[in-house]
Amino acid sequence: MNARTLNILGLGLVGIVGIAFLILTPRFAELDTVLELTVYMIMAVLSLSLALIWGYGGILCFGQSAFFGLGAYTYAIAMFNIGESTVPFLLAIALPAAFAALLGYFVFYGRISDVYLGVITLTVTLILFNSINSTAGPEFHIGAARLGGFNGIPGIPALNYPGNKAAAVDLEGMFYLSTAALLVTYFGLRLLLASRFGRIIVGIRENERRAELLGYDPRAYKLVTFTIGGALAGFAGCLFANWGNFVSPTIFGLAQSAQIIIWVIVGGRGTLIGPIIGCIGIQWLTTALGANQPSGSDWWTKLLANAPFIFGVILIAFVLLVPKGLVPTFGDFGQWLLRARTRRVAAASLEPKQAEEG
Amino acid sequence: MDFVVLLAIQVLYAVASLALISVGLAIIFGMMRVINLAHGEFLMLGGYAAIVATSNGVNIWIAMLVVAPLVVGLIGIVVEMTIIRFLYGRMVDTMLATWGLSLFLVGLTTAIFGNTTVGISAPLGSFQIGAYRTSGYTLFVIAVAVVLMAGIFAVLRFTRLGLIARGTMQNANMAAALGVNPPRVYAVTFGIGAALSGLAGAVLAPVSGVFPTIGVAYVAKSFITVIGGGAAILSGTVSASVLFGTINQIATFLTTPVFGEVALLAAAIVLIRLLPQGITGRFFRRGL
Repeated sequence: MNARTLNILGLGLVGIVGIAFLILTPRFAELDTVLELTVYMIMAVLSLSLALIWGYGGILCFGQSAFFGLGAYTYAIAMFNIGESTVPFLLAIALPAAFAALLGYFVFYGRISDVYLGVITLTVTLILFNSINSTAGPEFHIGAARLGGFNGIPGIPALNYPGNKAAAVDLEGMFYLSTAALLVTYFGLRLLLASRFGRIIVGIRENERRAELLGYDPRAYKLVTFTIGGALAGFAGCLFANWGNFVSPTIFGLAQSAQIIIWVIVGGRGTLIGPIIGCIGIQWLTTALGANQPSGSDWWTKLLANAPFIFGVILIAFVLLVPKGLVPTFGDFGQWLLRARTRRVAAASLEPKQAEEG
Repeated sequence: MDFVVLLAIQVLYAVASLALISVGLAIIFGMMRVINLAHGEFLMLGGYAAIVATSNGVNIWIAMLVVAPLVVGLIGIVVEMTIIRFLYGRMVDTMLATWGLSLFLVGLTTAIFGNTTVGISAPLGSFQIGAYRTSGYTLFVIAVAVVLMAGIFAVLRFTRLGLIARGTMQNANMAAALGVNPPRVYAVTFGIGAALSGLAGAVLAPVSGVFPTIGVAYVAKSFITVIGGGAAILSGTVSASVLFGTINQIATFLTTPVFGEVALLAAAIVLIRLLPQGITGRFFRRGL
């Protein structure tokens, strides 16, 4: 079995599992499970946005939540002003993308190294958090939408079918939409990465100087990658605002940014399926730990129900012990097993010969 | 006139507190090229150390100036030996691991102390400038910053420890060839950086109170101060603190404290774009 057939098999498997999941879940699961799975799907789209720019583009962005939050806020504000969801939906993708392009131009064309990029994106996130957080008064509004400061914006109208204001997407529809969005994003990114563009951004990640000497402009390629990442995060933000009908500034918070990075680290940089698995796994873990929270004031249960504590332990453990992430590590293990088998086969075919010669 | 004096004190205070919260990070970053994202939590731990010590009957000055740096310095050494040591030269991984450490410490302190603000009242009362009153503690914070900077300068410039530190910073291999043990220098450096952060956290605790997530408020500000300052530990920290502190305080006076912070952060981004090597990459190159 060569790498190409393995690749196609993998893609087919993801497609079949994805579509089966999409069709079957609402038929067999309770509505609250469906609701929870919906948010997992939305967050998985968000994790893919960072998987692209960090895992493949090599751009460590500590502020992916900035684009996510911008998408959510843009959708909310535009929705209160327009009422029909087609334009707000498109705006929620376009505005974060434009913001990412602006920030990316500033950073990449300034030749700021990756570590400083991390600090700058972190700072931008904090600026957004601080600014939005302090807009609680009624004087802060954009058109008909009050920004609400730390209280957030409640009661955001749901998406509707394009052109028909009355036909809002219901909870099950949201599930179909989010899962389909995840599948389309996954396959779209696979396609992008298999293209010439994808090869070049991976080449730049591996060695920027070399790519530059071969005639590619890393600044432009990084900028485009970063912008796509921003657009995807904004898209996820728009879906998220729909899911809970609510946004608040915590969406820009450091905890949110940390989560996205943890999903990618746990799942594995340089894969797409890894961050999806990491995202769903970690979210499931958080929910499971949070669920048994009120069981007494015992010190240990308090600690285990404490999301930052768990995230911190996971992050440290993965950086120190499994720096490649789960999926690449399992992949290496599988290859090692495969190679061990071929070695044994080769050794077995060698032995009789030696005996003859002897 | 009184107002100008008051404004000057406020600006000086903003500069001093920026320098205080940044200097520990600057030492760790400047010497070891390690970006410690748990820096804010070291400050937070310093605050808690001081408060716990005070509530157990320790004199407040001793708690702030002795207990807090000692406790956090020890924690720093433990962190260096258990986490940082394995990640030298992998800058991004260190950033991620220390971010994990930061979350871990936030979670731990939340479980121990609860998610509430604790405080100690600021000693030294207040004094009168014409028609205005201001707290004497403000002057104390400024004094601590000045003494600390002078102390660091003296240690780096005139002592054997400072010589070894500067040598290791410039060329670790050469220093090792001359008989210095770089891992030990790094462990000590990290401990000292953490101790200074603990001191700063304790000194600022009466002003801001302490709560588990206070580190977030500190970490971005101290980062951009260090990055904005550039490679030189002392002149970088001081020059960036002066620039950012002044911008912050003036914007605060003109609008609100929140937009003061925003102005500071925005100024930092512009500065990093214009001077990617920091202020000392272009000016004061021969400074410490």
